[in-house]
Amino acid sequence: MGKWTRRAFITTGLVAGGGVVVGISMRPGNQVKELAGKVGDEGGQLIHSYVKIDSENVITAIIPHSEMGQGVQTSLGQMLAEELDADWDRLRMEEAPAIGEYSTYSAGRGYLLAGIDFPEILIPTVDGAMMRVADSLNMQITGGSMSIRTTGAMAMRIAGAATREMLQQAAAKSWGVPVNEIVTEDSHLFHAATSRREPYASFASTIAEMTPSQTPSFKDPSEYKIVGTHKPRRDIPAKVDGSLKFALDVRLPGMLFASVVRSPVSGGSIVNVNDSAARAIEGVVDVIVIPESSVDSLLGATISGEAVAVVADSYWTANRALQELSVQWSETGFESVSSDDIFAQFDRDISSRRDRQTDRLEGEADSVFSTAAKVIDADYHVPYLAHTCMEPLNATADVRNGRAEVWVGCQNPLGFRRDVANVLGLDEENVILHNHAMGGGFGRKSRPDYAIQAAQLAQAMGRPVQLIWSREEDVRQDFYRPAVQSRFRAAFDADNKLVAWENTYTNKNEPIEAPLIPYAVPAQDIGFVSSPTHVPFGAWRSVDHSQHGFFTESFIDEAANAAGKDSFEFRADLLNDSPRHLVVLTKAAEEAEWSKPLPAGRGRGISLQESFGSIVAQVVEVSIINGEVFVNRVVAAIDPGLAVAPDGIAAQVESGIIYGLSAALHGEITIENGAVAQSNFDDYQTLRMNEAPVIETHVINSGHDIGGAGEPGTPGIAPALANAVFDATGIRVRQLPLKNFDLDFQVKETGVAG
Amino acid sequence: MSTSFWVNGIRQTVDVDPSKPLLWVLREELALTGTKFGCGIAQCGACTVQVNGQAVRSCVTPISSIEGSQVATIEGLGSDSGDLHPLQQAWIQHQVPQCGYCQSGQLMSASALLDSNPSPTDAEIDAAMQGNICRCGMYGRIRKAIKSVDVAASSEDKLFYNVAGVDHG
Ligand code: FES
Ligand code: FES
Repeated sequence: MGKWTRRAFITTGLVAGGGVVVGISMRPGNQVKELAGKVGDEGGQLIHSYVKIDSENVITAIIPHSEMGQGVQTSLGQMLAEELDADWDRLRMEEAPAIGEYSTYSAGRGYLLAGIDFPEILIPTVDGAMMRVADSLNMQITGGSMSIRTTGAMAMRIAGAATREMLQQAAAKSWGVPVNEIVTEDSHLFHAATSRREPYASFASTIAEMTPSQTPSFKDPSEYKIVGTHKPRRDIPAKVDGSLKFALDVRLPGMLFASVVRSPVSGGSIVNVNDSAARAIEGVVDVIVIPESSVDSLLGATISGEAVAVVADSYWTANRALQELSVQWSETGFESVSSDDIFAQFDRDISSRRDRQTDRLEGEADSVFSTAAKVIDADYHVPYLAHTCMEPLNATADVRNGRAEVWVGCQNPLGFRRDVANVLGLDEENVILHNHAMGGGFGRKSRPDYAIQAAQLAQAMGRPVQLIWSREEDVRQDFYRPAVQSRFRAAFDADNKLVAWENTYTNKNEPIEAPLIPYAVPAQDIGFVSSPTHVPFGAWRSVDHSQHGFFTESFIDEAANAAGKDSFEFRADLLNDSPRHLVVLTKAAEEAEWSKPLPAGRGRGISLQESFGSIVAQVVEVSIINGEVFVNRVVAAIDPGLAVAPDGIAAQVESGIIYGLSAALHGEITIENGAVAQSNFDDYQTLRMNEAPVIETHVINSGHDIGGAGEPGTPGIAPALANAVFDATGIRVRQLPLKNFDLDFQVKETGVAG
Repeated sequence: MSTSFWVNGIRQTVDVDPSKPLLWVLREELALTGTKFGCGIAQCGACTVQVNGQAVRSCVTPISSIEGSQVATIEGLGSDSGDLHPLQQAWIQHQVPQCGYCQSGQLMSASALLDSNPSPTDAEIDAAMQGNICRCGMYGRIRKAIKSVDVAASSEDKLFYNVAGVDHG
């Protein structure tokens, strides 16, 4: 993928408002006029790119990604500043606006074509095709752990390096010295022999006339001074004093508040609403039926069923009045469906191999199984899960005179703008979307239903409306992590060598490689059946890796146990062809003192999962006390290729582990009478401080392509936990969450593995 | 009905339904949006403020119940001269926030804890903080940051990661 970077388009600089703007564009052509007034809030400069240098020698990086806790502005800024030799303390970051110029062309390409390498000659064609695709899909996505890998590696580095080269050339010409004698540091140019020193800003207007290189030379990583070092996150100070404005904090003159409810059984529409009790409450302004909307994107269709909203002068009043509505919803045909029915259906469809397709077919699995010395099998399943972002879904809109303005925190600002425009019947140009830092995203905020509802309400009311979903609505109207069942068989030869691996699971989603194993097993038959349900589903942190990581890394542990081998050694023996994986696995085992015996009642489990370009191994230590599991310690090792922001990676790994642990211990959305049974943090429990283990993260800079950080911590925690429970108790956990287990574990006399 | 109380040392009088929760009075009447809504049923802690020095969930605190009380919110946690509270400084030093949405509540719970117990044990921290959910999972950093404010324990401050360069061709 490295060679793609040379293909990015680089635009000429331009002078504006006393500063100069240089950088690469996502597509050729000059969009300056269109961008005027939309970018560069301070100083009002026009920006056609990612970089701005102003007359005070302050450099601005324009970041086309949304902040949802991952510190993306700081880490992408580090990548740009490094190649530019910018003065870190005088670099500022600004989130790109939701306009076409910032469609995540590079992210889009990475998202669609991740891991595919093209012959050099085809690349221009691919670029052209992808530009159209990304453009027409209006993508400006933050997700898939892609920001650093695509925008960072493909855009920020080029923008920084090309700008630095132009500055050096301009200074060399002006000073009459060879360009290779010009040194750059801290946003200044130096020439030692003539003792010259000038700020970048001195050459701003000169480089505006130059054509930037499309193939600037990059630093060797050994020269890095900013990338790979600890730079405190720029977004954090505003997060400790309450000053950061989330979308929920938007206040507009004359603004009303709304609370909303959709059919408890997905797909139901309104037969009848009795709103007299609601309307009688003081402060209620109106009760509005919001029509169904449906929008399409790369992430799948988002259908938002008909809904009723109460609009009032206070959210508290609106939500209280909402409870007084009596709404009759139409029959959907799913009113009798329960989680048990869904799992029974999965089981049937796996058994009948309904439309089975294969992900991987290697060797002669069938014949290996029929002649194997030993065969083991197991069925695993996991429930639906909600995202429960800390900030409930909300959006504020003002729709008047053929124009709309929307204030929202979302993972795809450009896509949301298009969807709002389509549903309201407006031109995209007449929709302005202000994206706010999100109080969590986790995949949920890539779906625009909440922003569309707010816009529909504002249109109906003719004045600004802030729609806030109650936590109950948030839990009941999610695009859930899908429930999945996964069935395995493993075959061993007479020497207890694992010789065949068979796996059939329900419903394939993204990423396609999630169910594949890194282990050298000669015969493999991995595939899936189709078993659709009526429950809406979507991306949930680490997407399919979160389910398949649990399945495959638990079953490989079962295989180790069946072979009479230690869980670490068994995996390591199968990783001879995967040196990166082996290094990561070994690092986690060493740091966790894998072979040190544990007292009775304690256990250790290990897991290994590659996802989003990073490899993560985890060792979990548990205690079983009075039949309850306590997670004492998690040791994680991650190889993200290169750690741009090491503390940021550690924080993301910690965060991903807690998110996955929360799900493994407590997370369960159940379907009863066709509807989601849970409603809030009381019945959809999440991990709290008293259950949080100590987490140690070890980052390995292998020098390979940069991998993601936001998601790779999540998949490995559930299997490492389940394997630790097995180590401590001999009980194999094949379903989550653990809270459903009869926790009266039989603690083994010796807790030592094997 | 009008209710009078102090918020961050400033006297406020509001004329609202007496059962309206303090959370929505702060956010809607007084434009103090640093205090967050997360669940509305005293389960998540995002709305935590202090009333007369005690951490309370403002989403279930009727405004009528705080007549004459002293309310402290995140906006008033620093000193009058603009210095950050030691906990806020520790939050920055330990890079605690991810999305940041829970952090007003976390800080108000933590500061109430330290006011009554300057050197809490892990168990005491757990007890005082388990009402505050962080969906970004920053519990380990919150705990370390709280302990770092305890002068006696602050020498154990260290980085949270360990970077190794590994060469395997
Ligand atoms: S909003 Fe008050 S505890 Fe959650
Ligand atoms: S920092 Fe995001 S919920 Fe705590």
